[in-house]
Amino acid sequence: MIVNGVRQTVTIDNRTSLLDLLREHLDLTGTKKGCDAGACGACTVQVDGRRVNACLTLAVRLEGAEVTTIEGLAQSEDELHPLQQAFIDQDAFQCGYCTPGQIMSGVGCIEEGHTGSPGEIREWMSGNICRCGCYVKIVKAVQQAAHGN
Amino acid sequence: MSRPPAIGSPHSRVEGRLKVTGKAPYAADHVIEGTVYGAIVDSTVGRGRITGIDTRAAQAHPGVLRVISHLNAPRLPYNPNPGYANSNNPPGDRLRAFQDDRVQFFGQPVAVVVATTLEAAQHGARLVDVRYDAEQPSTDLTSAPADDPMTYERGDAEAALQSAAVKLAMTYRTARNHHNPMEPHATIARWNGLRLTVWDKTQWVPGTQIELAAVFGLPAASVRVISPYVGGGFGSGLRCWPHVVVAAIAARELGRPVKVVLSRRQMYFGTGFRPAYEYGVRLGSDRSGRLTAMTHDVRAETSSYETFTEGIMGAGQMLYTTANVSQQYRTVPLDVNTPIWMRGPGWATTSFALESAIDELAHELNLDPLELRRRNEPANDQSSGLPFSTRRLRECYTVGAREFGWQRRNPKPRSTREGDWLIGTGMATGVYDTSRNNALAHVRLDADGTAVVQAATSDMGPGTYTSMTQVAADSLGLAMPDVDFRLGDSTMPRVPPHGGSQTMASVGSAVQDGALQVRQLAIQLAVADGRSPLYGVAPGNIVATDGRLHVTNNPRRGETYQRLLSRNNRTHLEALGSFERPAQDRFSLHAYSAVFAEVAVDRQLGLVRLRRMLGVYDAGRIINPKLADSQAIGGMVGGIGTALLEHTVTDHRDGRIVNANLADYLVPVNADITQLRAIYLDGHDAEADPIGVKGLGELVMIGVAAAVANAVFHATGRRIRELPITAEALL
Amino acid sequence: MYPFSYTKVADLDDALAAGRRGGRYIAGGTTLVDLMRETVERPGTLVDISDLPLRRISATPQGGLRIGALVSMAEAAAHPALRTAYPVVTQALELSASAQLRNMASIGGNIMQRTRCGYFRDVTAACNKREPGSGCTAINGHNRTHAILGTSDHCVATHPSDVAVAFAALESTVHVLGPDGPRTIAFGDFHLRPGSTPEREQSLRPGELITAVEIPAHPRPLASGYLKVRDRQSYEFALVSAAVALHVRGRVIQQAKIAAGGVGTVPWKLPAVERHLVGKRPSPQLWTEAAELAAEGARPLEHNGFKVDLLKRTIERQLSTLGGTA
Repeated sequence: MIVNGVRQTVTIDNRTSLLDLLREHLDLTGTKKGCDAGACGACTVQVDGRRVNACLTLAVRLEGAEVTTIEGLAQSEDELHPLQQAFIDQDAFQCGYCTPGQIMSGVGCIEEGHTGSPGEIREWMSGNICRCGCYVKIVKAVQQAAHGN
Repeated sequence: MSRPPAIGSPHSRVEGRLKVTGKAPYAADHVIEGTVYGAIVDSTVGRGRITGIDTRAAQAHPGVLRVISHLNAPRLPYNPNPGYANSNNPPGDRLRAFQDDRVQFFGQPVAVVVATTLEAAQHGARLVDVRYDAEQPSTDLTSAPADDPMTYERGDAEAALQSAAVKLAMTYRTARNHHNPMEPHATIARWNGLRLTVWDKTQWVPGTQIELAAVFGLPAASVRVISPYVGGGFGSGLRCWPHVVVAAIAARELGRPVKVVLSRRQMYFGTGFRPAYEYGVRLGSDRSGRLTAMTHDVRAETSSYETFTEGIMGAGQMLYTTANVSQQYRTVPLDVNTPIWMRGPGWATTSFALESAIDELAHELNLDPLELRRRNEPANDQSSGLPFSTRRLRECYTVGAREFGWQRRNPKPRSTREGDWLIGTGMATGVYDTSRNNALAHVRLDADGTAVVQAATSDMGPGTYTSMTQVAADSLGLAMPDVDFRLGDSTMPRVPPHGGSQTMASVGSAVQDGALQVRQLAIQLAVADGRSPLYGVAPGNIVATDGRLHVTNNPRRGETYQRLLSRNNRTHLEALGSFERPAQDRFSLHAYSAVFAEVAVDRQLGLVRLRRMLGVYDAGRIINPKLADSQAIGGMVGGIGTALLEHTVTDHRDGRIVNANLADYLVPVNADITQLRAIYLDGHDAEADPIGVKGLGELVMIGVAAAVANAVFHATGRRIRELPITAEALL
Repeated sequence: MYPFSYTKVADLDDALAAGRRGGRYIAGGTTLVDLMRETVERPGTLVDISDLPLRRISATPQGGLRIGALVSMAEAAAHPALRTAYPVVTQALELSASAQLRNMASIGGNIMQRTRCGYFRDVTAACNKREPGSGCTAINGHNRTHAILGTSDHCVATHPSDVAVAFAALESTVHVLGPDGPRTIAFGDFHLRPGSTPEREQSLRPGELITAVEIPAHPRPLASGYLKVRDRQSYEFALVSAAVALHVRGRVIQQAKIAAGGVGTVPWKLPAVERHLVGKRPSPQLWTEAAELAAEGARPLEHNGFKVDLLKRTIERQLSTLGGTA
């Protein structure tokens, strides 16, 4: 599989989730485990261009797949993706733990074209729980990145 | 031109870049060479004794290294470590990991499986077969016997109630809530001889250090706790819980670093909760709405082995003028794990009961709820007789009413309808005591003109990294990027818990003190240095700004820290700043709020939707308005969860929690939250602490649930006295 | 999670062969992996069918739509023909789970979803569905979210799917392929009520594979929609839901297709409500009368009695939303 543009060949337990593969084998700990059951969205990554829950994705099924995590979102080390910058600008996080998942999900939300209104963003970002309660600002950050305001 | 002060400016989070790129290391993210994985086995009975543990299947599972339980764990000293100054261990006998065969609640850790892979450890834990001699647990607050009450009496509430023109008696109920920070609690433990290092999720680095030292019988200096990032806490990280000890036991037995991450399910019995309450309120007033009597009769969950209490009694004694107050606060020991403070502890619960009751009285008297509150606004704190340091509730009411559009409200319940939705507005008052405690902070100004500031505090989300940087920058006269604030390591100066909204007041004041000391050292160095342009200037006439010292009214006469230090061959200047809590307060110190809510209730389906909310806060000085705004709207979201969604459900037959996951224990999602707005009154409380803050994190949660419940009443005419407010209650 | 072996199949023959050997098919995996982690599910072999050619949505010669079993919930929800013809289906999909889960989960897997009953998911509790004969902890336990219709003394677990309720309302057909070749199962026969064998949830035979769900043609115009009632506004299973499709012509209801979710042990068709509506003119009174029939035969438990009333109100609301009072 290809993770953030880098070909990775790993031998793993069939049981290993994509999330645990990233965190425990590839030291890509930016993707977070919040519930390990598809109920919080903290582990959101892109697989073949679609946002998915890494915790419910068995890694063994991803032969040949392209995975993008928060570490691989920006063009380069020094740059931020516009949505990453928007999260900082809008203060769309507090503790920061759900943030990588929110951002990966937000990128999906924008690419899918679900940013027509705040209400639409709210619904399509509801798969990512933020316990610090930053939703209002997460919506603003997605708007900023989608529409440049 | 010097830059504007950092304090009061809406700076973005200084650690923001690390967080949005996934590079901020939370407890389980630290990559420690040679780490193996521990998975905890939880009891499947609610009370009893372990009669046997069959570990054969687990031991045989590939990758499993060891199964540790009370049968083979080392006996640990578990030295007493009482008192909130050291441990946050409530009175009682704390749960001792793997020290005996007793089971005191469903889900108690009874063994740990250590394996080379996470998958093997987790499955190994499933394969451990524990047998029990089970007893019937007692987990029902409504039926279990209570401890003796804590009481408070002022005047004669019973007699005053008897003679009151208007009397109301209500019982409110609140559900057990779990903090559910997004980051599960996690610990990596590593021993080096007799020295223990843990990378831990904690809201109190020194507290975890001292507790681990007590548990293992070590000097505190032999335990190091590292916790640079905390993925939310809301109180769940205020104690060193058994799983931290389990990780340390396993690491010691295996001779390797061990990582233990609690599952989401384990978070429901491993790290405390906001207890459920039954809260009886009786109010007596005259016809004009002046309160003459108030009684509070409170029952709350605690565990069988520790007596957990929280700030339930404060608000009833000081929020409103009432000559006659009687309070009884009983804890009810149950076969559950011990609760812990959760955002707005005690005060949030009391506020739901008290502020609902005041709303009920307003309705009874046909008075505007704001007017009723204004009529009972006290001149001083009747519980202590002390004057208020600052109390601007009337202003909160006025500003809130204006900005919310309160005057447009038709006071009659069930009077506004939009299609299928009944619309209602409600408000509630919030109050939280301003706590602060002794804190230290180390400040070092380096010869390159940058500073490093350190304290063993935490940043679970309020923005400690940023706000402390702002305080230090202003006190030193440096630009924000030239100050590096570090936290989360027990080798740093000691601070109080990162909870109870005391971090800014306590640690912030220590940071300011340390920074001012260092600035003073620099000034002294300059005025005594014949080569300095500041030679001979009176120290009081020198200010620091933009990394320079200069004469107050003559910016050109001065020099940079860099020049000063290098010319004097000083690598750095340093000081240990401190804040000491006064032995006795001369003022009543509290932060206040008025919270306004508008809800829509589907008249047929009973669904409650929050339409908008406004909080107006009297919280003293605001260090960073951008972050303070986030905190306020986050507190509202937490309060909305408590009001409408959150409920830990226990099956009293065996003590099992049946919704111990994030799909069934509901917290608000993005779609639930629309328009939230926060207004902070411009303020400064000189009596509270040297930097004038009164604390935010708790205050912003308090009053939210009552405001929602009062709005639901206004929308529907139905008074719901039990949280969460569900559809079935409104059908 | 119990260890398992894994094989990915390239074509339907391989899949059936693997299925015949006892392999367990995995598509999106959102239910299966979750339940494997809880050790509720313990398959010895996972047969990954994600490469099978079952990813198309196509029109049938009879004017219906056939949705391949591996079409993701997200793809189905966004499909223009499906959105135009059967909003009840695409709404049900978009009101399910989260965007991430809908990207993963398949249509075939969705109708195979297993219950959210907390006692079923907790292997330390007795559960007849998980372990036949062990007892039902939910009947006398905490059962707010449980079923009021189609229950038995052995099981009261709710079927969790939304889109299955829409499929049920529209009297869809499940296409399956098994060792004996293809066959079709009427949607109403696909899910099994628990009776005394709650462990049997579908009428699939061993080794059979769902290949598609077919929605038949319905007379036009068809006003259809899905109403989901839940505590929070998104990312939650239904307390009660209503899938309604009405064909009104000449101011008379010619056809009514209605099912409810969140209340039944299977997606719950409401033939009595449908019968009451057909041949009558839309009116608020008619909606109330018809909805009154929705909870016939309901057996409420200690904590879910409110669902009886809520079901009627939900049906009434959705009838009124779609049917108007023309």
